[in-house]
Amino acid sequence: MIPVSWFVVLTLFLFSIGALGFIVRRNVIIMLICIEIMLNAVNISLVAFGRALEHTVAHVLVFFVIAVAAAEAAIGLALVVLLFKKTREVHMDEFRLLKG
Amino acid sequence: MEISLSLKYIPILITALIVFVIGLAMVIINQVLGPKRPYSEKYLAYECGLPPTGETRHRFDIKFYAIAILFAVFDVEAVFLYPWAITFDQIGFFAYIEMVVFIALLLVAYFYAWIRGGFQWD
Amino acid sequence: MWSSLPSFVAVYPEILLVVVASIMALADRWVKLKDVFAWITIATSVIALIMVFAVEGAVFGNSYAADTYGLFFKMIFLLALIMVTLVSPGYNRMVGIHFGEYYALLMFAVTGMMLMASSKDLILLFLGLELMSLSVYVLAALLYSDLRSLEGAMKYFLLGAFSSAFLLLAITFLYGLTGTTYIDVIAKKVFYPGLADNTALLLSAALFVVAFGFKVALVPFHMWSPDAYEGAPTSVTAFMAVGPKAAGFAAMGRVFIEALYNARVDWVEYLIPLALVTMFVGAILAVVQTNIKRLLAYSSITHAGYAVLGIIAASREGMAATMLYLFLYLFMTIGAFSVVTLFRQKDFLGEEITDYQGLSKTHPWVALVMLIFLFSLVGIPPTAGFIGKFFVFKAAYEAGHHLLVIGAVLASAIAAYPYLRIVMLMYMKEPEKDLAVNVTPYVFAGLIISVVGVLILGVYPEPVINFARTCCAGLIP
Repeated sequence: MIPVSWFVVLTLFLFSIGALGFIVRRNVIIMLICIEIMLNAVNISLVAFGRALEHTVAHVLVFFVIAVAAAEAAIGLALVVLLFKKTREVHMDEFRLLKG
Repeated sequence: MEISLSLKYIPILITALIVFVIGLAMVIINQVLGPKRPYSEKYLAYECGLPPTGETRHRFDIKFYAIAILFAVFDVEAVFLYPWAITFDQIGFFAYIEMVVFIALLLVAYFYAWIRGGFQWD
Repeated sequence: MWSSLPSFVAVYPEILLVVVASIMALADRWVKLKDVFAWITIATSVIALIMVFAVEGAVFGNSYAADTYGLFFKMIFLLALIMVTLVSPGYNRMVGIHFGEYYALLMFAVTGMMLMASSKDLILLFLGLELMSLSVYVLAALLYSDLRSLEGAMKYFLLGAFSSAFLLLAITFLYGLTGTTYIDVIAKKVFYPGLADNTALLLSAALFVVAFGFKVALVPFHMWSPDAYEGAPTSVTAFMAVGPKAAGFAAMGRVFIEALYNARVDWVEYLIPLALVTMFVGAILAVVQTNIKRLLAYSSITHAGYAVLGIIAASREGMAATMLYLFLYLFMTIGAFSVVTLFRQKDFLGEEITDYQGLSKTHPWVALVMLIFLFSLVGIPPTAGFIGKFFVFKAAYEAGHHLLVIGAVLASAIAAYPYLRIVMLMYMKEPEKDLAVNVTPYVFAGLIISVVGVLILGVYPEPVINFARTCCAGLIP
């Protein structure tokens, strides 16, 4: 049996990759993918905890995360499509109308 | 216990290493030794053997995105049906009511998309 | 058969909101007179408000408890919904977003907030937060023909989604440590010696701070807020400045005060520097703003810094002070944004500070009302803002954070300048252009509620603070 701590380490690695990618990359689509990586990194840990503790709660939470991630992706992609229609651009750096 | 388990994975590791090395070697040797006689058709994108039309990175109609987004949302909601179906025997009537409520809420979203013309192609 | 079902009385208000919102979203196409939606929203929120006071108990296997703590926050959310709805018809018709979905989304967002405030389970807290956030992202982007709205919504969405991943990681760690997602059980488990200074617990607390820091816009997690506030339609901005912020604090109370009370040494340590930086950065950056919505955005950042002082105090009195602060903040912020909506014309934004020049000559009543809200935001005595600040500062001082309170007083002195600059423009300068004011009966009623709230609570806050004290009694053992 693989110890739970390995899964936690894997989660932390994947989560950091996602977070770093989100901060470094400026393409909105890539940023959305990075958020998905972060959410799925957490899912790995949740499933591992659920199995180690023999709970179903964690698995239920994973289902909810999947559903929420889909809803988030739908809204994010809709925004990207609208922005692209207006500006022909998907890079966050190009949106400078609001100074901030 | 743990040591013996991890020992069991060592053959897989060795196989993976061999596969990786051989695969990489084949690619590199081909690059180095293989004869190169390029002509323009070799650089064309492959499109089922026919002469390709248009760019490879070609834009799709926005309607595909709308359908894809709707599909993604409704598709993922189906994930909740599986645990429900498995535990239905244990929970009984309450589970039935819960799922009716859930489907009703999904139907609200479905009818909304319908009313707003989300399923119309033109 | 039906009798075997558990009772759902405790969630009746939320069920009512969801049902009405769904019907409104579907019915929009066939309703010509869009004001009907505003009436229905107000009627529904009033009924829900009465129901919230009537129901109690726990449902969904104790994941959701209609307790007094949740009750206080639900009161804030529903009042915010009513007041934002009063602002909406006039302004939304002017900018062309006056339709049923707008009100439906507001109600969905409020449902999410109510779930957050009453959740006894971290899973439900997460789901409520997502329901709220997703609705507000869409609301912020409603004006999608205007690129500013889209840009603000995109930034809000990206950072919001980013922060919810942090929240999820924090929940996962807490679950891995304690083996449960129930807040009550976590509170008991964290008490075990050894677990209170566990590294993973510290990490989890830090991640919670980051996640909620994004939601309530604490510096350095505030980057999205000025852009999102400026870009969003002003009626939505008024909602965003109050609703999600109060919901964020409600969740902070649930997680920090209720679940992680025994680890308070750790998370207080994280929150103190954030609170200090928030108060100063918000106050200083507000000075250079020329757009009133951006200015109010920085002001709301500063106010989040004050409100967090009550959480830092980590006492019953502190939590009550934060709750009172949010309640008072509701009236002055929605009031100030309501005034901003009055100047919006089809082709004129009316959002520059210089537009307010000489307002006392052209529209003396509007100027007076704005003056009251600005004084309240500064915290000048006969207004609600002073009372709110007084109680949070007192709670933090009594908890022993003397230097922090001195910093807060200094920051509020700096924060006074931008507001007083507007007051000076309104009262000391001659008008340059003649502004048209777009007053509907709705927004008139809303402004009266806000002014009365700010003035009455400024002189007679006892009932509210006593109510807040009773409400958070169950929170701390």
